[in-house]
Amino acid sequence: MARKTIKVDYMARVEGEGALKVVVRDGKVQSAALSIFEPPRFFEALLRGRAFSEAPDITARICGICPVAYQMSAVHAMENALGVAVDGPLRDLRRLLYCGEWIESHGLHVYMLHAPDFLGYDSAIHMAKDHGDVVRRGLDLKKVGNEILTAVGGREIHPINVKVGGFYKVPRRRDLQHLAERLKGARDAALETVRWVAGFDIPDRERDYTFVALRHPDEYPFNEGRIVSNRGLDIAAAEYDAHFQEIHVRHSTALQSRMRADGSAYLVGPLARYSLNFDRLSPLARQAAREAGLGSTCRNPYQSIVVRAVETLYACDEALRIIESYREPDAPAVPVEPRAATGYAATGHGATEAPRGLLYHRYRLEADGSIADALIVPPTSQNQASIEEDLASYVESFLDLPDEALQHRCEQTVRNYDPCISCATHFLRLDMDRE
Amino acid sequence: MSGRRIVIGIGNPDRGDDGVGRLVARSLDGRLPADVEVVEADGEATALLAHMDGAEAAYLVDACASGAEPGTVRRFDAAAAPLPQAAFGLSTHGFGLAEAIELARALRQLPARCVVYAIEGAGFETGAPLSDAVAEAIPQVQERLCCEIEQPADVGS
Repeated sequence: MARKTIKVDYMARVEGEGALKVVVRDGKVQSAALSIFEPPRFFEALLRGRAFSEAPDITARICGICPVAYQMSAVHAMENALGVAVDGPLRDLRRLLYCGEWIESHGLHVYMLHAPDFLGYDSAIHMAKDHGDVVRRGLDLKKVGNEILTAVGGREIHPINVKVGGFYKVPRRRDLQHLAERLKGARDAALETVRWVAGFDIPDRERDYTFVALRHPDEYPFNEGRIVSNRGLDIAAAEYDAHFQEIHVRHSTALQSRMRADGSAYLVGPLARYSLNFDRLSPLARQAAREAGLGSTCRNPYQSIVVRAVETLYACDEALRIIESYREPDAPAVPVEPRAATGYAATGHGATEAPRGLLYHRYRLEADGSIADALIVPPTSQNQASIEEDLASYVESFLDLPDEALQHRCEQTVRNYDPCISCATHFLRLDMDRE
Repeated sequence: MSGRRIVIGIGNPDRGDDGVGRLVARSLDGRLPADVEVVEADGEATALLAHMDGAEAAYLVDACASGAEPGTVRRFDAAAAPLPQAAFGLSTHGFGLAEAIELARALRQLPARCVVYAIEGAGFETGAPLSDAVAEAIPQVQERLCCEIEQPADVGS
């Protein structure tokens, strides 16, 4: 059998830019490589020398889709360094903000980027021509996420209201009441979404992944928890570096993360979060997951679209719970001083659950509160090794497909991870047809 | 014209010339009729769709990379035809301006007047400053936009 190369130079429907190359020889996958043109460590360099208080706003610029995740990992790492604890209504508002980002990000991915793969459309545009009402439902669901970001975050893109210690300004109780009405509609739409995607023709493929996610004693994780795995890992964020490492691979400018002990790949994101925290979902979300045919563990990455829909439902449910019990705090933030904890240089670690998975930040601070050193490990670089292993192991079973369908299946396999590839490039590439 | 009108400057200010659309939007401050909204956006399609929703006229400004001379300004009547990018089905990022326009068209909610100004960028490196050629194009786009928003009927499409 001849050599077959599947090459997708610019992948559509992943956030950012990426290129994919799979080489097949004699019915075997010889190599699978996903190239990521990640901006060089620009933001880590930019952070050096800046005040600790600037980290949330600077890191929010890394990603237009998940700015809240970057802000949250940044504030938690800084609060860890400075010995500050944020709880009560301020902590709830952070969870609410995260709910907004999950609704927005999952809504975008489920409806606009991933569903067309399952329904046989080239894009959401083609899908919209036949399923206008469904696409409108997705757009409206996502919009409710934006409304949460605007109400709590100050504006819908790159929220500006988050600070170390809390917020610049907290919403009034009555400001959140109209959101509650919107969220009830969104929760119904999310439930319909779970039923809709559960009916898709989903490939039946599983691997025995190492799942890594946060786990909290009584919450489905957003901001807090220990980093756990299905293989017995159970560590604080401060121990992250001892268990995970980032390595350079030749075909990509992005770093790839692996388990430090044996160099193996691991998986973060919806599948890992769900499988490690099924018992922490709300009863409504658990019931919907069961009805959608999911067990308490999900090892099929093609079912990630169903898990994302379940998490969207959870985020609506949780946002409603938070709004209904919200009491305005006495102050919008707790005081934070560079010397509050130590009076000397300190290091802080933060790990939160971005929509795409665990996002780890580490900062070393000087005694004056300026940033000496920053490390940011995004979920997509942690998942890159798993994406390549998925391609290598699943593509072989699809080799009987014609070329175009096979290429499409490879792209779908990458999109299972909702990779946020360069996080921030948004220029328009025009290919002019000149005579 | 009595309906809602909006100017959307698109881009990422941390990526060199990619931020030019937003700089054009800022340059319009105080120069347009009071009823014209001016917003900045990072280019994600559904957010653009939300901005355009219910508008009678939308003017979008973005950087582009087509191989033309940096600073070249092109105007597209997107209400009449898809942007060339969509026509060729190529996209370097997930879901952006061309997709927003085509999605709006598919859902029959594209503003009756939808104009795109594309400014050819020289570089899109993270952290790079705006190139001179692109900076020099800003007043031209500002002028053309002011002119056609004041007198939309005079501009051929």
